[in-house]
Amino acid sequence: MSAPLLELDKVTIRFGGLTAVSELTTSVGEGELVGLIGPNGAGKTTAFNLITGVYRPTSGSIQFAGKSTFGIKPSKLASVGIARTFQNIRLFGSLSVLDNIRVAKQLHSGEGYLSALWRGKGFKQNESTIEKESLELLKIFNLAKFRDEMATSLPYGDQRRLEIVRALATKPKLLLLDEPAAGMNPSEKDDLMHLIRSIKERFNLAVLLVEHDMKVVMGICQKIAVLEYGRKIAEGTPKEIQCHPKVIEAYLGAAATPIEPAHA
Amino acid sequence: MPLSGAKRWLIVGIALAVLASLGSGYMNRYYLGIANDVGIAIILATSLNLINGHTGQFSLGHAGFMAVGGYFAAWLSLKIGASFSPQTAKAMFPLSLLAGGLFAALIGLLVGVPSLRLKGDYLAIVTLGFGEIIRVVAQNTEAVGAASGLKGIPQYTTLGWTFGLAAVTVYCVTSIVNSTYGRGFLAVHDDEIAAESSGISTTRYKVVAFVTGAFFAGVAGGLYAHHKQFLSPTGFDWIKSIEIVVMVILGGMGRTVGVIAAAILLTLLPEFLREFSEYRMIIYALMIIFLMLLRPGGLFVFKTKRRPTA
Repeated sequence: MSAPLLELDKVTIRFGGLTAVSELTTSVGEGELVGLIGPNGAGKTTAFNLITGVYRPTSGSIQFAGKSTFGIKPSKLASVGIARTFQNIRLFGSLSVLDNIRVAKQLHSGEGYLSALWRGKGFKQNESTIEKESLELLKIFNLAKFRDEMATSLPYGDQRRLEIVRALATKPKLLLLDEPAAGMNPSEKDDLMHLIRSIKERFNLAVLLVEHDMKVVMGICQKIAVLEYGRKIAEGTPKEIQCHPKVIEAYLGAAATPIEPAHA
Repeated sequence: MPLSGAKRWLIVGIALAVLASLGSGYMNRYYLGIANDVGIAIILATSLNLINGHTGQFSLGHAGFMAVGGYFAAWLSLKIGASFSPQTAKAMFPLSLLAGGLFAALIGLLVGVPSLRLKGDYLAIVTLGFGEIIRVVAQNTEAVGAASGLKGIPQYTTLGWTFGLAAVTVYCVTSIVNSTYGRGFLAVHDDEIAAESSGISTTRYKVVAFVTGAFFAGVAGGLYAHHKQFLSPTGFDWIKSIEIVVMVILGGMGRTVGVIAAAILLTLLPEFLREFSEYRMIIYALMIIFLMLLRPGGLFVFKTKRRPTA
């Protein structure tokens, strides 16, 4: 087996006296769909911020596609193929839906300051190609009809999807989704599961998913890592995780007497 | 070569400016002076709008960049221009304007790289401090007249230059912003963390906005110097910076048309209020307060829906 796409080796980060993530070791293979779960405050989003370069680990190393990501800025990591969404949606509020995608497309457009000033023939061709590609992306997600609406005026669920589309526009190899199902109703969650699966196949990328909704996580992930107080307490297939005693303890509290693992 | 919409407007703007300039011999000197002030204000406000409005970086140092460009261009005209014939010296005016702008841009780069790590209020304070440093340096530099000011600058500025360059400034700022690349400025304004994760180098964008803004402020400074024929350090204090910021806020952050209109209005207003003599500035301030209360989103909010680039 070749080296995994993303590899975390004993990654630790401390904020003052608080160790938010402690010796986290895990990996995401190419095209793999991995879930990261844990109770509130377990360090899941912090792990995302470490992977995307927002934070630097206090110790340990993170490798993406065989290269260390230490000290590399998030924008640079985006250009090598790490894209993400946010727990609390972060769209560009003063831009239209289409422009939210276009702005992410500029990463690989090779366009710049001078060509925008000169507005020559190549620039216009480039602009119309970008617009066409952005629209195609929006069409896949049924968002093309909103192209000229302001991004933050969309319904909640559409904003979540738009954020995913924006992440995809940077042509990632690894997509990090931070609680994509938050605030969705059961049927929207079903749609989301289909969406994530189809994104993975269609765009041929690996997905790392932080999610509270067990149905979603268990339903689509090939591998799940469980965090509690910044430590990984378990890792395995959804089946293994469901009956892992430590996981049950983390979520439900320790039993006074040992009980049979539940059969889900 | 067929010209695109934006370029056509640029040509029209410059042509009109040159036409107005040819007719300026028939104009009252007082009105002519105010017209030039208006053109310079448009350049200043539009360029600051790129930094404060579109990119959302609150700078209070625009008068500083204006001073850098103004002093440098004036100094070039006086020192270098003296060794040429008057005609040649006048022909070199655009070069000294350009040099003033480039020098201001260089200073903008030096100030911007360290200070743009700061956000909001902190950045405002740093740029404010920078503006004061420039003023104090000018005040103590004998080569540019120190506290008594730089006198005898040749009068090269015409309506053609001010409004022609105002058209160039508006063209440049709108062209940059209305492109896929330029959407990055707005993205930085909206959400820096999301911008970074979408592959937009926020530091780079901020510095580019800062340097571009400084360049045009420097050019405006050069026009100002060759218009007033006299530069005094006190003319570039922080109140001047605030004036430009007020134009941007009143016009609507990031709204080019509104900002241009506000630049015109705020330059003309004190002139219209002359008859109120000592109450002039009170009325001026009150009008700004009322306008702000009535139109908080920008005085002339023409619905500028952001279209895909033309």
